[in-house]
Amino acid sequence: MQFFFEVLIGGLLSGVLYALVALGFVLIYKASGVFNFAQGAMVFFAALTFVGFLEVLPGWTGLEEGGRAVFWLSFVLSLAAMVVLAIVTEKFVLRPLVNQPAITLFMATIGLTFLVEGIAQGIWGANVRGLNLGIQDEPIEYMMENFNILISSFDVFAAAVAAILVAALALFFQYTRIGRALRAVADDHQAALSIGIPLRHIWVIVWAVAGFVALVAGMIWGARNGVQFALTFTALKALPVLILGGFTSVPGAIVGGLIIGASEKLAEVYVGPFVGGGIESWFPYILALAFLLVRPEGLFGEKHIDRV
Amino acid sequence: MLYREAGQFKASYEADQQIFPILQDRVGVLLLIGFFALVVPLIADQYWLKAILIPVLIFSLAAIGLNILTGYAGQLSLGSAAFMAVGAFGAYNFMLRIDGMPFLVAILLGGLCAALVGVMFGLPSLRIKGFYLAVATLAAQFFIVWALVKIEWFSNYSSSGVITAQEIEILGYAFDGPVSKYLLTLFVVVVMALLAKNMVRSTTGRAWMAVRDMDVAAEVIGIRLMRTKLTAFAVSSFYCGVAGALYAYTYIGTVEPEGFNLDLSFRILFMIIIGGVGSIMGSFLGAAFIVLLPIALDVFVPMFLGDLVSSSFVSNLQLIVFGGLIVFFLIVEPHGLARLWQIGKEKLRLWPFPH
Amino acid sequence: MAREIGDVILKMEGISLSFGGVKALTNISFDVREHEIRSIIGPNGAGKSSMLNVINGVYHPQEGQVTFRGEVRRDMEPHKAATQGIARTFQNIALFKGMSVLDNIMTGRNLKMKCNLFHHALHWGKARAEEIEHRKKVEEVIDFLEIQSIRKTPVGRLPYGLQKRVELGRALAAEPSMMLLDEPMAGMNVEEKQDMCRFILDVNDQFGTTIVLIEHDMGVVMDISDRVVVLDYGKKIGDGVPDEVKNNPDVISAYLGTSH
Repeated sequence: MQFFFEVLIGGLLSGVLYALVALGFVLIYKASGVFNFAQGAMVFFAALTFVGFLEVLPGWTGLEEGGRAVFWLSFVLSLAAMVVLAIVTEKFVLRPLVNQPAITLFMATIGLTFLVEGIAQGIWGANVRGLNLGIQDEPIEYMMENFNILISSFDVFAAAVAAILVAALALFFQYTRIGRALRAVADDHQAALSIGIPLRHIWVIVWAVAGFVALVAGMIWGARNGVQFALTFTALKALPVLILGGFTSVPGAIVGGLIIGASEKLAEVYVGPFVGGGIESWFPYILALAFLLVRPEGLFGEKHIDRV
Repeated sequence: MLYREAGQFKASYEADQQIFPILQDRVGVLLLIGFFALVVPLIADQYWLKAILIPVLIFSLAAIGLNILTGYAGQLSLGSAAFMAVGAFGAYNFMLRIDGMPFLVAILLGGLCAALVGVMFGLPSLRIKGFYLAVATLAAQFFIVWALVKIEWFSNYSSSGVITAQEIEILGYAFDGPVSKYLLTLFVVVVMALLAKNMVRSTTGRAWMAVRDMDVAAEVIGIRLMRTKLTAFAVSSFYCGVAGALYAYTYIGTVEPEGFNLDLSFRILFMIIIGGVGSIMGSFLGAAFIVLLPIALDVFVPMFLGDLVSSSFVSNLQLIVFGGLIVFFLIVEPHGLARLWQIGKEKLRLWPFPH
Repeated sequence: MAREIGDVILKMEGISLSFGGVKALTNISFDVREHEIRSIIGPNGAGKSSMLNVINGVYHPQEGQVTFRGEVRRDMEPHKAATQGIARTFQNIALFKGMSVLDNIMTGRNLKMKCNLFHHALHWGKARAEEIEHRKKVEEVIDFLEIQSIRKTPVGRLPYGLQKRVELGRALAAEPSMMLLDEPMAGMNVEEKQDMCRFILDVNDQFGTTIVLIEHDMGVVMDISDRVVVLDYGKKIGDGVPDEVKNNPDVISAYLGTSH
């Protein structure tokens, strides 16, 4: 039973990270109706830029290597890079494709994926890099002693960061002026435009926020598994989460992430051995698909009625 | 001969409904097929045949397959490569397990296997649309590749699912050289392309396009959504499957399931975006473009930039150019090279006058 | 007029339809007789389009029953309605934008074409003969609607009025026994309206097609309809020949907003 809980908790914690990536998708989808396949590439780009600055900044500025100053400067510069990416994307991809079918925009983001991956590796190289955030990755003694369950302090930290981020974003969108404008845009582009909400600014802001989310997700994933091309696959992990949770729902992304994270780990451990293992690659998709057949709009999505 | 249709009056509906209604097009297509069947084998060297012409033809077929599903029937798929894998492994097993299996029958059966699997993964399309469906096709991509690796029977218990295609022999003649393999590929691809062209200009194709353009209206005039979508999935997967079988037998020789990964699916998608969504001709143009582009970059970038650049730079450049071109084409010419080709023909029709 | 109005062929009884709590139609009953032109009128949001959608199976009412030619239908799919000879046009044109006028009208004949995929792939013999036979029928429709010159034009490039005409053509190509027309004259100028009226009357007269029509232009409705149903807020407030309806106080108040 302890083992079951270990697997379950481990799954839930990785689910939090899926949720974080899925959140990036949901934000962009809500505000611009774009299903942004490049979210995974953005995670990769952000993490690579961050470690890249960590490496080069001490040489450029004479700051102490591995120090706090370098860390925060790198963070700010990476964030700036994500904002630039948002601006460039809005100007050269979204704006020219406004009013095109959603599927065209989706394909454009697949192109954007390749573009961002190529640029990231072109600038920083394709080597796998380690990333140390200074968080211990060892079992928490308290849990070990009292419940005999093995939980890494790093995972708990990651989950806490993700939870704080989600809460902060929810507050931001609920209570700020930009948040209100964004929700208006999500409801109806035309109507939002007609009452004077600058659509393009909103898009840039949302893509920048999604870039910020990508940066945080990339740092956590990168610290765990190294900053490498495989980070782009986080997008593929997040897609079933979206199907499950619905494309437009923030709570859906979180609950979906937890369900996918927990179920894929449990399936791998309890079902995997009977079929040769490695089922993590497709299990979330089949799960999400089976779910879709029952409830096509997802857990929290809105039911869509075709009007003719 | 000038490209003019003046004077070519259609006196019957039959004449108006030919596959290529304009005389010059008919002649042009015949000349093109003749050139590739008769002249190219004489002038092309091994490299051209093996590394360029054969893959272009095979990918054209896969692109036609995806174009039928995405371009004509409007169902976006990100799993084309997986259906190619089913075709390749299907054909391999028919060749392996049935004595005296004729090669052409084996690749068609491989295609049929892919069609069956395609229908299975097409079933969700009855309830879900758009992105949801695109994501669902990813399930096919990951599951099929996984199954081919894990279920060792498919690869006759070889390690990590690698298979080596058997020798091709048709009516006692061995297709072992690049020229004969090229001609075989050309034959299969041309025949299937013509069949596809016929399908898309008939009731079947009109039903696909009707579902793509407006499914509610299609249903109201009596088109069965389920049958139409599943037919599109079946035909599309069949084309991808045959392309996969050819990929194994006339192109690579030794293939593993991982070779049919998501990246390949994306490349096929890029072919139809750049070549032209909803165009058979465009599938050929797109395949040629996507096969030739990396080769051209490999050759020309070092030529101009010399030793300044490393090979990893070229591969990153390739990503950037691919990505950039996709965005560029979607913005500037969503109908791809096929549309440019048409515009060219329309200009030619009026030449030397501007209008 | 040569045509004679026949028996009741379509009977709607106690139809109620709601979308997640919002009532679109409440307990509506009316009937349609063979060969007649039956109009449904009412202010915006009265449930007219929903009514048509119920008739041809796009929506399934929660209560009530639909009887068409003696057959009671429950939860019927739209293509079944098409096989029974019910054709339809839409309020916001529902043409297939990527296809030519000819192909759009050809799709209207899909139910009458029997060749399968393999015939089509070969396009030889039977499939070819069939294609040409149906092309002839479609050309008759094209002649009837006077759109010969645009037959190869993609419908997306046509002006609004012509698109409406093509949509009528697609419905006609199915040789339906009943046509449901959802605001066929909306957004047209007087001349285009006159043309459309003439087509509708001709279809009704020449082919005996029963027509169920939604229209806002009262002049047109009162002119060409045999009987009129009036809906308001999903309820039936009037039913009868045009003169009756015109003088019905409920109808007048619904349209003019006089107090009860």
